[in-house]
Amino acid sequence: MSDVNDTEVQETPVVVKTTLSITVDGRAHEAEPGQLLIDACEDAGSYVPRFCYHPRMEPVGMCRQCLVEVEGPRGPMMVVSCMTPVAEGQVARTETPSVKRAQEGVLELLLANHPLDCPVCDKGGECPLQDQAFSHGPGESRFVEEKRHYEKPIPISDLVFLDRERCILCDRCTRFADEVAGDPLISFTQRGNNTQVNTFPDEPFASYFSGNTVQICPVGALTAKPYRFKARPWDLEQRESTCTTCSVGCRTVIQSSRDELLRYQGSDSDAVNWGWLCDKGRFNFENVNSEDRLEQPLMHDGSNLVPVAWSQASAAVAEALKTGKAAILGGARGTNEDAFAWARLADALGIEMRDPQLSDGLPAEVFGLPSASIEEAANATTIIVIAPDLKEELPVLYLRLRDAAEKRRSRILEFTAVSTGLTKYSWKSVPTEPGLQASVVRNTLGEAAVREQLGKGNVVVVVGRASLAESADHTVAALSAVLAEVPGAKVLPVVRRGNVRGAIAAGLGSNSNATEILTAAAAGKLDTLVLLGADPIADFPDTDLARRAISAVRNVISLDTFLTESTARASVVLPASAYGEKEGTTTNLEGRVTSVAQKVTARGTSRADWMVAVDIASRLNVDLGFDSVESIQRAMIATSVFAPMADGGANTREGVLIDQPATALPAVSATAGTHSSYDLRLVVSRRMYDKGASTAHSPSLVGLAQRNVLRVNSADLARIGVASGTSVRATSSKASVSVTVEADDSVGRGVAHLTFNAPGINAGDLIDVNASVNDIKVETL
Amino acid sequence: MSRFNDSNVTLAKEIIGRFPRAKSAVIPLLHLAQEQDGYVTRDAMSHIAELVNVTTSEVYGTATFYEMFKFEPIGKYCVNVCTNIACQLVGGWELLEHAEEKLGIKAGSTTDDGLFTIEDVECIAACTEAPAIQVNYRYRYKVTAENLDQLIDDLRAGRLADEIPPHGTLARVRQNTTEAWANTGIEAQAKVDAG
Repeated sequence: MSDVNDTEVQETPVVVKTTLSITVDGRAHEAEPGQLLIDACEDAGSYVPRFCYHPRMEPVGMCRQCLVEVEGPRGPMMVVSCMTPVAEGQVARTETPSVKRAQEGVLELLLANHPLDCPVCDKGGECPLQDQAFSHGPGESRFVEEKRHYEKPIPISDLVFLDRERCILCDRCTRFADEVAGDPLISFTQRGNNTQVNTFPDEPFASYFSGNTVQICPVGALTAKPYRFKARPWDLEQRESTCTTCSVGCRTVIQSSRDELLRYQGSDSDAVNWGWLCDKGRFNFENVNSEDRLEQPLMHDGSNLVPVAWSQASAAVAEALKTGKAAILGGARGTNEDAFAWARLADALGIEMRDPQLSDGLPAEVFGLPSASIEEAANATTIIVIAPDLKEELPVLYLRLRDAAEKRRSRILEFTAVSTGLTKYSWKSVPTEPGLQASVVRNTLGEAAVREQLGKGNVVVVVGRASLAESADHTVAALSAVLAEVPGAKVLPVVRRGNVRGAIAAGLGSNSNATEILTAAAAGKLDTLVLLGADPIADFPDTDLARRAISAVRNVISLDTFLTESTARASVVLPASAYGEKEGTTTNLEGRVTSVAQKVTARGTSRADWMVAVDIASRLNVDLGFDSVESIQRAMIATSVFAPMADGGANTREGVLIDQPATALPAVSATAGTHSSYDLRLVVSRRMYDKGASTAHSPSLVGLAQRNVLRVNSADLARIGVASGTSVRATSSKASVSVTVEADDSVGRGVAHLTFNAPGINAGDLIDVNASVNDIKVETL
Repeated sequence: MSRFNDSNVTLAKEIIGRFPRAKSAVIPLLHLAQEQDGYVTRDAMSHIAELVNVTTSEVYGTATFYEMFKFEPIGKYCVNVCTNIACQLVGGWELLEHAEEKLGIKAGSTTDDGLFTIEDVECIAACTEAPAIQVNYRYRYKVTAENLDQLIDDLRAGRLADEIPPHGTLARVRQNTTEAWANTGIEAQAKVDAG
């Protein structure tokens, strides 16, 4: 600070005006600098009709519907309010006769070619064109000529249909595809009267975010296959909720008609998803409606699983938990309340071994590091990414980080063995190999250019499990290396499953991880294994260990929505209520607690996980003190972790942030040497669509899961002497499988990539979870 | 259906070097594709997308905006007859009808031998020399039925091969790329990348 004697100086505070004074329809209004006139008018209470303008995308002035009058030096002038920034002293009028005439004229022209097939259009009833034709249109048309005709509708992807006759060419979908999703696979084609939105011939709009174009289409031109002709908008009831498909926790609106879920829409949360959803999160409501859902409890009668009454099943579970050694796996698919109730039951019964993850995520300690919010990550000067492909696993987080890089707010420094969706937006993408991440990170952070970049501002580390074929220790070691170099960096832990953070905060984590639990089970040291929505045979990296563990345990108790390979071997299977069938809260990867809503009646006799916990507790004469979601929430608020939920904070759109108790990263000693030149180091990661329940039981999505292939760099393939597209034998320390190999230069040298839990060959068969890294030998058959 | 041949790949890369952003080369490359195959093939559009690092959809959107890019095979000679007002007043319509009778096809179609395509076009900016036509975008002014017959006979006989190359050939794409030109492009690109 200055060394001037400033004790006596009294300054009059200078008020700096930070807003712009404008007049809208005769009313004085203070607008934000940089704001567009269309938004300022709306804030001032004068809604201006619009079709192309969308607050989350750049304005283009395409539809001309938002014309208003602005006072200029030569009198009032008609301007497109979505392209006009506010200015000090601006005088705007939105309802004069000439504005009305202009808006009516534009609408008459937009309707000239519009088919007016509203009675058979899905959009009818919630259509901006229909609504604004009533509110701002001329009432009749002078157009008597033949309207434009196109084949209607045409599929532009597996999920989206396009009716070009209805399209008003507002550029919203094409801008979204380019600006927001980064998948410019639809464009305006042809010109003049023939202008139409289309894809390249025979190349579909294969974007993970295609459903958003349907939501933002201001007419019925784009419709989504899963919702077409399912309901009238006025028959839909809706509640705001949070998507729990992955851990991003996008805010949604879930809609139903006649007690059936029919549609999810993105809800605009500044902090999280900006209104966007990925297609998996948007369309997997189908799995809730699936015919294959479990509807009643099942018990093993020695040869088969047979339906039984809840009382019989619960009694059997209580009996199993009363004696012997038990462990709990899972709990990250449910609500915070579900996890909290089960954690209290486990406390009461002295069940020590619990893990909400399946050794496919991050050590719990990572969640206790100084945590960054999504907003902080997307505004950091440098974003260091040591994670799986976010576009595949946490798609909307990918959108936020891509936006940060595209708008030049942030520079992304990525470490990865296989190119990811973010690679092309990265300032620097550093190739690594499993096992060598920490040393690569240390070397890279030592480079002068990188040091300079890190010194420019705040740093956020986005950290997750890049490969399931390597020990999590390598991720921890890489993270430690970053934190040693940049001690002030905040951490955003990314995990696949929806409520991992909430389940850990509720107490479903312990000192034993899934690997230890399943190893104990396989060794016959466990009598009972409770699976809370967990399917270790599908989701645990080492399938062999998971199978052995499930077979060795006498009582496997599964609480799930579907029969899985793991539940098929259970002694008791309890049907669980699904998303949309129960109330509660969820915690996303930032530690943000938001509400999840019940919209439809729970399927069959299925129950929420917490109800099952309470039932079992009472049978064991344990009083958990819970009789409703609210009673659990009261108990949660009494804990220090969930205290911020007090006063209904979790029921707001942005929710509340919770902090886990601070922890230090465990010291890890994982080492991995370089592999022999005959071997390739295995990288196994997930894709958006896989064999998981939410894809497999959603008819519209199931076909999108691609068959597994072994992807290898073309130079390595040439070295091994194998042609792309042929079958090879891939041999690890665990197994040997026959698989199709494909040359792919997005895979680094010396590395081979398989998709986890994909149709086709099972990558989990090749993985030894106790190995530091897994190498495979690739040979021609 | 064909991608660029080897010599055109070399030329394409040279053309891309003329621009600060590779994407700006899409239209010249479409011309190059049309020169190679007589029309713009889908494979060529995919190849252009790869070369300038945009999606096929973006190339397709740009290409279909322009009438002069053809996406189906057309005749070796594309005859454009102007029927806009100035030409129409001095016999443009009659000239078009005459061409249709002479070649035995309607405007918008191609002769069976694949030699001629007739197009009915709007103003081609030669009003002072009306009625005007173009053959592969090379002008013919003050055209009468007689010299149209003569022109078609000459084209058939290959007597105008030097003057009117097959459809698609455009001299403009093959402008010289001097060292200075190429360097400007690279330097400008470097600035864009750094900025």
